[in-house]
Amino acid sequence: MRIGIDVGGTNTDAVLMRGRQVLAGVKTPTTPDVTSGIVAALRKLVSDSGLEPGEVQGVMIGTTHFTNAVVEAKRLMPTAAVRLGLPATQALPPMVDWPERLKRAIGGHAYLCHGGHEFDGRLISPLDPEELRRVAADIAEKGIRTVAISSVFSPVNQELEERAAEIFQTEVPGLAVSLSHEIGRIGLLERENATIVNACLRDLAARIVEAFHAALAEVGIGSPVYLSQNDGTLMSVDYAERYPVATFASGPTNSMRGAAFLSGVLDCAVVDVGGTTSDVGVLQHGFPREASVAVEIGQVRTNFRMPDVFSFGLGGGSLVSRNGELQVGPESVGYELTSKALVFGGETLTATDLAVAAGLADLGDRSRVVHLDSRVIEEGVALMQNRIAEAVDRMKTSAQAIPIVIVGGGSILLRDHLPGASDVIKPEHFAVANAIGAAIAQVGGEVDRVFSLDQMSRDSALEQAKTEAAQKAVAAGARESTVQVTDVEEVPLSYLPSNATRIRVKAVGDLELEAETVAGSR
Amino acid sequence: MREVGERDLEDLAVGAAVLGTGGGGNPYIGKLLAKQAIREYGPVRLVNLDEVPDEALVVPSAMMGAPTVMVEKLPRGDEIIHAFKALEDYLGRHITHTVSIEAGGLNSTTPFSVAAQMGIPLVDCDGMGRAFPEIQMVTPTMFGVSATPMALADEKGNTALINTVDNRWTERLARSITIDMGATAMIALYVLTGKQLKEAMVPGTIGLAQELGRLIRETRAAHGDPVRAILERLHGFPIFAGKIADVQRRTEAGFAKGEARIEGIDGDADSVLTIRFQNEHLVAIRNDEIVATVPDLIIVLDAESGEPVTTEELRYGFRVAVIVTPCDARWRTPAGLALVGPRYFGYDVDYVPVEERFGSTGAVL
Repeated sequence: MRIGIDVGGTNTDAVLMRGRQVLAGVKTPTTPDVTSGIVAALRKLVSDSGLEPGEVQGVMIGTTHFTNAVVEAKRLMPTAAVRLGLPATQALPPMVDWPERLKRAIGGHAYLCHGGHEFDGRLISPLDPEELRRVAADIAEKGIRTVAISSVFSPVNQELEERAAEIFQTEVPGLAVSLSHEIGRIGLLERENATIVNACLRDLAARIVEAFHAALAEVGIGSPVYLSQNDGTLMSVDYAERYPVATFASGPTNSMRGAAFLSGVLDCAVVDVGGTTSDVGVLQHGFPREASVAVEIGQVRTNFRMPDVFSFGLGGGSLVSRNGELQVGPESVGYELTSKALVFGGETLTATDLAVAAGLADLGDRSRVVHLDSRVIEEGVALMQNRIAEAVDRMKTSAQAIPIVIVGGGSILLRDHLPGASDVIKPEHFAVANAIGAAIAQVGGEVDRVFSLDQMSRDSALEQAKTEAAQKAVAAGARESTVQVTDVEEVPLSYLPSNATRIRVKAVGDLELEAETVAGSR
Repeated sequence: MREVGERDLEDLAVGAAVLGTGGGGNPYIGKLLAKQAIREYGPVRLVNLDEVPDEALVVPSAMMGAPTVMVEKLPRGDEIIHAFKALEDYLGRHITHTVSIEAGGLNSTTPFSVAAQMGIPLVDCDGMGRAFPEIQMVTPTMFGVSATPMALADEKGNTALINTVDNRWTERLARSITIDMGATAMIALYVLTGKQLKEAMVPGTIGLAQELGRLIRETRAAHGDPVRAILERLHGFPIFAGKIADVQRRTEAGFAKGEARIEGIDGDADSVLTIRFQNEHLVAIRNDEIVATVPDLIIVLDAESGEPVTTEELRYGFRVAVIVTPCDARWRTPAGLALVGPRYFGYDVDYVPVEERFGSTGAVL
């Protein structure tokens, strides 16, 4: 049996699953200390299901803590950003495009050192160990305990970052080291940004992981703990302690994966309708489609894996206004829905009231909306269906009608038919879809590298990338027999006559748990 | 004369990507470099063509190489100064102005860096009015201006100075040197007098790029239609609206070549538009018929935001508006078409100006 937990800003959700079966699901408020909210959710789960804590084989947690810390610029460590690439790259030093507030929060310590590779594997300049020792001495003197190391073209050759890490760890015992080639892709500034963000979260990561362990110990669960990543795969807690940045945006990913699981549909659009906003994403082979453009977090530009999600202001609490044209949203009564909406005895006309009046949902006191103009109801309900359908259409990859899976508390707003949908599915347990998404996550491995096709055929380059990605998935904890390649992307590098091409391959597999076949979703 | 500061560069970079017609490199790095230089050395003076004395010595500055490498191996910052000094030593004269050779993409902002560092003015014009993939594809080539003497510089302190028999040889030799330098180099080439500059360059294109960026930003803020605003400003024609259905790419002779297939929506439903590109968009084919070619500008914009989409960003599902705008009149002469017409890129069709194809129906908006 496994437990999935989603620690959101408002609610902490938990589910208990055996194989593909959802045994119980609970929702409790998130607490400032995290631990007591998780403990409360787990206690409720135990009492609802009669679970023996010893039967739990794995706990999977999704959390927004690290994203929030960066957005708020709080709870971050003073960080040293070391870049290997001199004499190149000086024109744009580390953190060059950061908001001043965030830069100040981590001290803005940047060091430019020799090293780095050319696109074809030559050295830009050799590593200078003496130079690095001087930087290490300065770091030690300033009392900095975490360092982000980024070397030019390290996704092609990681050797220099690793050698620099050895020197720093020898010179400054106990120093936390984050290496860029393990975090991002080609694109030095974006990869370096993600690495620095990762480095400044290391203390918080250690504390949060400890809080998770403490919560589980309190309830008597001693199984391994995993955290969900932004691409819908899991990482071990040890890994999460070193790479907290990988948890960014795991929330929408989990709800989409959970939706896929509950509905059994692997290629579809997922609409998560909340109280204020709706998120629309697309699942391909059961995994969220990723955004291809740079993604900003707390105004820092990064290039790591993020789901492509379109958010807009329509939810159960959206205000309905009638000055001129009828409008639903983007303003919302939010968490006050249960006191302000007409059907709940309030005075505000909301999207939920329209849904109740139209007979889409049976909530609150229906007699309080019978007086509504039938044209307003009809028009408002149609408007909501159209906004959702338009958002789905925007995210779709072809004109073909595709299945739409709807989750979230606000899904009562929608009819069973939507334009452009081959099928509209509202699965059971929709309210805790994200905790389910955490529970069923798989583990993955990725390769992103430049290959020269002068020296090898395209087929053997692809084969090599696929094999390496699969090996990485197994190293991350996937059962070998379940690993498969889920994504292959190839970008030829323009202007280079050596026929260089960048190949990105992702492989995923079921998490290896003792004596249980994990609910694969293929 | 007017001063260009950090904030103006945001608009300029967006507008430059519009003129980049899918190529020209991502202007983000170029924008950051220019911002850093301005932050350090102060605003850049942008002067109009008619403010440049005939005897001025004007040298365009640019970044050459693979856009994918430019985002990884960032410059040292003073490479272009080394290239300029090498040219000044060779010529025995001081350079008085710099200019952009390519207003489309990254190289619209590159010259701001040298202008700020050397304290020389930047002239508001360029050698293309758009972006093209090869060195000889500039209007000065048609006026007999030689690309050489040309200086290339890397971050290690290497400089190379070349003299060639024609501008195609410049392309060839400079490409090899750039690759040895690590697939990026800062270059200074097409040395011009003020008199030649006025005759041979496309005027006002840096100001135009900035204006386009501002149009997109302001129209969006006012909840208007940015695509329409761009069309009106560039006297263009909306040739297709659709969603990207497929993108194929390959590397050939050092260029990113490929095609994007766009399935029509609304008025274009049931039609397919195919755009072929070599770094920049070359031709647009509706069903089986060629409807637009270089040197006219084939521009792909995000249908909602009006933001330009580069070929590297093209991907499934993007909802786009394809618009075509007229190129500078000099590209339409026999000499211009020999340099950058459809036949140079391997398409055996005659160039037909976009106004002749679509003009009879009026600017359909």
